[in-house]
Amino acid sequence: MTDRPLKQIHLAAHFPGVNNTTVWSDPASGSHIEFDSFRHLAQTAERGKFDFFFLAEGLRLREHKGRIHDLDVVGRPESITVLNALAAVTERIGLAATVNATFNEPYELARRFASLDHLSAGRAAWNVVTSSDAFTGENFRRGGYLDRADRYTRAAESVQLAREFWDAGEEGVRHRGPHFEVEGRLSLPRPPQGHPVVIQAGDSDEGREFAAATADVVFTVHSTLAAGQAFHADVKRRLAAYGRGPEELKIMPGATFVLGDTDAEAAERATEVRRAQVGPRTAISFLEQVWGVDLSDHDPDGPLPETDPDPDSALAQGRVRFGDPLAVAERWRAIAAEKRLTTRELVIEVTGRQSFIGSPATVAGQIDHFVQNDAADGFILVPHLTPGGLDEFVDKVVPLLQERGVFRTDYTGPTLRDHLGLPVPVPGRG
Amino acid sequence: MPRQLHLSAALDSPDSPGRFNAGHYTALAGLAERATLDFVTLDDSFDPEPGRPDALAALARIAPLTGRVGLVPTVTTTHTEPFHTSISVNTLDWVSKGRAGWLVGVSTTEAEARAFGRRPVAPADELWAEAADAVEVAARLWDSWEDDAEIRDTATGRFIDRDKLHYIDFEGRHFSVRGPSITPRPPQGRPVVAVPVAAADLAPDASPGGRARVAAAIRHADVVLLDAPDRDARLTAATELRLRAGEHLRILARLDTARSALPDRAAEERLLAELTATGTGVDGFHLVPADPVRDLTALADRIAPALRAAGLLRTGYTGRTLRDHLGLARPAGRYTAPPAAAAAAPALALAEVTR
Repeated sequence: MTDRPLKQIHLAAHFPGVNNTTVWSDPASGSHIEFDSFRHLAQTAERGKFDFFFLAEGLRLREHKGRIHDLDVVGRPESITVLNALAAVTERIGLAATVNATFNEPYELARRFASLDHLSAGRAAWNVVTSSDAFTGENFRRGGYLDRADRYTRAAESVQLAREFWDAGEEGVRHRGPHFEVEGRLSLPRPPQGHPVVIQAGDSDEGREFAAATADVVFTVHSTLAAGQAFHADVKRRLAAYGRGPEELKIMPGATFVLGDTDAEAAERATEVRRAQVGPRTAISFLEQVWGVDLSDHDPDGPLPETDPDPDSALAQGRVRFGDPLAVAERWRAIAAEKRLTTRELVIEVTGRQSFIGSPATVAGQIDHFVQNDAADGFILVPHLTPGGLDEFVDKVVPLLQERGVFRTDYTGPTLRDHLGLPVPVPGRG
Repeated sequence: MPRQLHLSAALDSPDSPGRFNAGHYTALAGLAERATLDFVTLDDSFDPEPGRPDALAALARIAPLTGRVGLVPTVTTTHTEPFHTSISVNTLDWVSKGRAGWLVGVSTTEAEARAFGRRPVAPADELWAEAADAVEVAARLWDSWEDDAEIRDTATGRFIDRDKLHYIDFEGRHFSVRGPSITPRPPQGRPVVAVPVAAADLAPDASPGGRARVAAAIRHADVVLLDAPDRDARLTAATELRLRAGEHLRILARLDTARSALPDRAAEERLLAELTATGTGVDGFHLVPADPVRDLTALADRIAPALRAAGLLRTGYTGRTLRDHLGLARPAGRYTAPPAAAAAAPALALAEVTR
């Protein structure tokens, strides 16, 4: 390990999402929809020399107990349109949009990302996500038409077809596949990056295989060094089967962070943040997602319910499931018993994402440690405040990473591929 | 004092080598703002020719670099999802702080149908009927969030008042959409909807496609871009449109400056005579330059000052949104209960909207 040159860290900034990680009750919390909030966060990330700025997506408002979930931030703009506007007020930072491969057609996607890549002079990225639920499908022409098993085959063919469109010259594309039978060419030349960067989010076995075959960046969630190392090793090992080297896929887990002047102060602030993220009603709402029944009379400051969950409930819609409800309940009960936690304390304990908590020096050290020990190639940082949540990190942690010699002091190239150290693809290969 | 003109211009640049780059559109929009135009348009389709970027993307790209001019991309409704179109136009309104419009288009060609591979080419009347449905869906989705839906009530832990978010439950021949939108109501309430109409579409012997296009315009348009071969046809068509759609409709006649060759002083005089003529029946003009850089420069440097001297053009922007420029009120949301006191709306000041 000591003989190896220091790995360079990749960093991205995630605009705070429509979930309870985002604290809207803080007096410093600004608009989640006005352009100036996006401008502030993107420009802050660019000041910190980040690789890219990231926008998530959800095509139907989340529901809970048959009603729109009202406890978290709700509402967001259309990602690609915001990124085109941000291209006007930034110069180097990459611009990543999450766009669903199920409810979009490859020709239009290829054209929209080619346009973003041209209009940003080579900074576009597509985070490919899939869904098949009829709930989201109710907003679209086809409805919930796709079998769950076909989600990834459609996504893979979508990416492949988009790349064919990006590569095609005057002769255009003729494509016949299981999901698409199309013919045509774009109204734009090949994008400046050749192919806009492809990001994949998802942790299932088929998701990992899709990433190894197709993606330039994996957006994942792993909370411990060991879990990160296992994921890193597994995904990098899969690359060889596709003729790809380990450097051709960057692994970037999402991570939150809380800073303080000292470690103790940071820990205190982190506790406050977690309590703001999981208020009494939010704790009950999480509980209901697992139990699948109405628990509005349950005391959030009391123990977990004694009844077992209803495993077939569709009480929560449009959100990521926790897994098999009975197994989750069993695990939660064990943790609550061991640590003597109330319902709310338990939810605070089990729903936390990976967090770097400490003084700037501690956090810089933790991030560097994860990367040098191959638990990640970098991180997608998720601030909990809009739009100022990244300011402190950029002002205090980035300089320390730069001093360590593990993070760029300036951009070395104009495109996102340059920042990520990815080559421009040769047309017709891969 | 004469009534001021509503002027707009197309930025389409099929022959410009810069047409894939942002700087080209930024420079043109800067000229349009110097000419204090109401808005600029950028055309689009899924045909590979002419070469161009996605129009809504290009106008979003220049939104932060412009301050006042309206931004009106063509967005087609045949191979696209109404939900995506609604949130994209909505977002253009957010990033431009209330300057977005939508020039509605349809896809009629084989090439476009094959690029998607989802459905064969359909007749124009069917496509325009579908376009009208797509605008209906978009408008309902824009209204699906009441303006004050975001409450941030820390006492109850609620970010929104979900009673102010509404399912739209649209069911049409080609699609159904449940809603509500994922994007809050845009600054203008509803971005400006523009529909292109040809004078022939209003003639007694109009084609089914033309009739369907007129029907879509009458039902949904805030602005009609009217293409007429001569002044008589323009007056007849504009009178008919106003009669059927109502006085709120803004009608801008297409003026092609290709024939005018603007650097030529005589051509400029002819264009000025056209713009200042009375009794045209229209509210203004949509200029379609053959060479946008050349012609918009002439517009900003010479034509606009001459119009201002005649009292026919604003000397500077007085409003901030495209609706302000067009003299169109911000609409109330269709799902918002009217305040009891305001139930009796004041009578429309007809003198304000009639030329």
